[in-house]
Amino acid sequence: MSRIAALFSELNKTGKKALIPFVTAGDPHPSVTVDMMHGLVEAGADIIELGVPFSDPMADGPTIQLACERALMHNTSLRDVISMVTEFRTKNANTPVVLMGYLNPVEAMGYETFAKAAQQAGIDGVLMVDMPPEESGENAKIFADHGLDIIYLIAPTTTDARISEIAKYSTGYVYYVSIKGVTGTAAIDVDDVSKNLERIRSRVSIPVGVGFGINNGEAAAAVASVADGVIVGSALVNKIAANAAQPDVAIAEVKTVLSEMRTAMDKQ
Amino acid sequence: MSNAKDMQDFPVLPDAKGHFGIFGGRFVSETLSAALDELDALYTRLSQDPAFQKEFDEDLAHYVGRPSPLYFAEQLTKHCGGAKIYFKREDLNHTGAHKINNTIGQALLAKYSGKKKIIAETGAGQHGVATATVAARLGMECKVFMGATDIERQKLNVYRMRLLGAEVISVESGTKTLKDAMNDAMRHWVTHVDDTFYILGTAAGPHPYPKLVRDFQSIIGRETIRQCDEQLGRQPDAVLACIGGGSNAIGMFYPYLNMHDVRMIGVEAGGLGLSGNDHAAPLCKGRPGVLHGNRTYLMEDDNGQIMGTHSVSAGLDYPGVGPEHSWLKDIGRAEYVAATDDEALDAFRALTRIEGIMPALETSHAIAHAMKMAKDMRPDQVLVVNLSGRGDKDIHTVASIDGLENVDV
Repeated sequence: MSRIAALFSELNKTGKKALIPFVTAGDPHPSVTVDMMHGLVEAGADIIELGVPFSDPMADGPTIQLACERALMHNTSLRDVISMVTEFRTKNANTPVVLMGYLNPVEAMGYETFAKAAQQAGIDGVLMVDMPPEESGENAKIFADHGLDIIYLIAPTTTDARISEIAKYSTGYVYYVSIKGVTGTAAIDVDDVSKNLERIRSRVSIPVGVGFGINNGEAAAAVASVADGVIVGSALVNKIAANAAQPDVAIAEVKTVLSEMRTAMDKQ
Repeated sequence: MSNAKDMQDFPVLPDAKGHFGIFGGRFVSETLSAALDELDALYTRLSQDPAFQKEFDEDLAHYVGRPSPLYFAEQLTKHCGGAKIYFKREDLNHTGAHKINNTIGQALLAKYSGKKKIIAETGAGQHGVATATVAARLGMECKVFMGATDIERQKLNVYRMRLLGAEVISVESGTKTLKDAMNDAMRHWVTHVDDTFYILGTAAGPHPYPKLVRDFQSIIGRETIRQCDEQLGRQPDAVLACIGGGSNAIGMFYPYLNMHDVRMIGVEAGGLGLSGNDHAAPLCKGRPGVLHGNRTYLMEDDNGQIMGTHSVSAGLDYPGVGPEHSWLKDIGRAEYVAATDDEALDAFRALTRIEGIMPALETSHAIAHAMKMAKDMRPDQVLVVNLSGRGDKDIHTVASIDGLENVDV
């Protein structure tokens, strides 16, 4: 069983929901990322989605775009990101790490080379925003052969037939994008999410995480009441942006936001 | 007429999923998949509908002014002293470039789709103007995304778009040029996908855009074949076109695909020269990668980050290229070369003074290469250059290179 599947199975026993923070690797500086990851775990993270910076993050709003720009100012490469996870794993053997980003850095590194390095580093899954199932083909097989779960997105615009198709290819969990739009731009509508989750759950047997538009404890708790996982990105990255010159403060602020979500989620 | 008999015809591409060999495809985030499926279904249906074709053809004839002439540039031919140079005069189309062929087609799709709002990205502003034009005619709300750098160097077109009633949105992210305008257009589309039709300006992006843009632009090559038969009694030795995303080039090339002895030559932006990184020539110097929804040749660094590009012409200043060109390069059917900023500017001045035609700086790249080639060819040989756009929009750029900073338009 993969580390991600084991985690959800464990949470299931206690009735808890997964808290899944996203930060961009290398933001505000590559030297901060591993400490940030440990900080996320201390504040209650169950899985970490680690963003691989890309020059043209087409599906992201200004918050994550600027995070990519900060990371790329220090030339944070995909190889650097993999090394960060290697270092993280020296002190943490349990928390699943999912690399999230765009396909081109992986394409440039080579799928086989990437998958092998990712497996060795202790990376558990990949979420390539611009790699839908129909373009996965051989690459999905390479990822799977190296023990990497492949997390796919489902959107409000995804048809029922397509959800069933995506379900065939997904492992670990699926990521439900709660709003039509880019990251970090609108607040979540929990009633709407709840309706869509019914549609998804009847076609997908693995856990469903929900992201986009979750920016405080109240929203996190509301989503946790209907989903298996709560994914939070821009709300954390905003704190990093505001404290980019003081990494210690940035980590502390991120932990505060995440802890509040953890507490609110666990109260139910 | 000039098909080499022993050569096999090329397959009809793209395949059902938008692939040209390993290139093309649909690499987009999930939210857009449904909209692209819908567009694909709509286009597949309408492209076989005679009523749609009739409406498209009539608009091209009476609104755009087609067919555009095939013009023998006798003075330029004498000047170069070699092959005869002909121009396919897309600059004479309504709005001054080939871009309108595609926007007419996509505007019709928009009308049939029932969506009420139109968005577009633009580099040089020609596609933005062509989109604003069709939006005005259809009475649809239009937003055009344009990099802040391009807004500065293409002021005339920005004002034209505003006069036509479009909102020009300045894109401040990344390199502030065409690629960033495309990112922001996609971001806007994801957010407003229910009521918005995205009129993409080049033969790139996710499937079905490369296919439908090519189909709409193929009128260029089809007319050229007919006009060559009528006016010359033969087909040319080579057809040439400039390449940014590559829509004018694919429009010229595609109908020639299986005329194996007509060479197809695409001219990329060589910027300050191909030895450094200050150019926009992914087919000459890049490698395959994934950007803006398709796999194609890209200008990228070793880590797969997209590089900033340079070209004196905003319309070619793009790190990618349409996927069909990547395929044509790899199978060896088309040749891809580059012309530098200086060569393009020389060609711009030459054509203006020798033929009284002021070409767009984008087009000037193709002219530069044709002039170079013609010299080494025989007088009985023929080159057809797609004169993709007129140069009025570039007067500011040329004036500032000439040291005249304050030309008011």
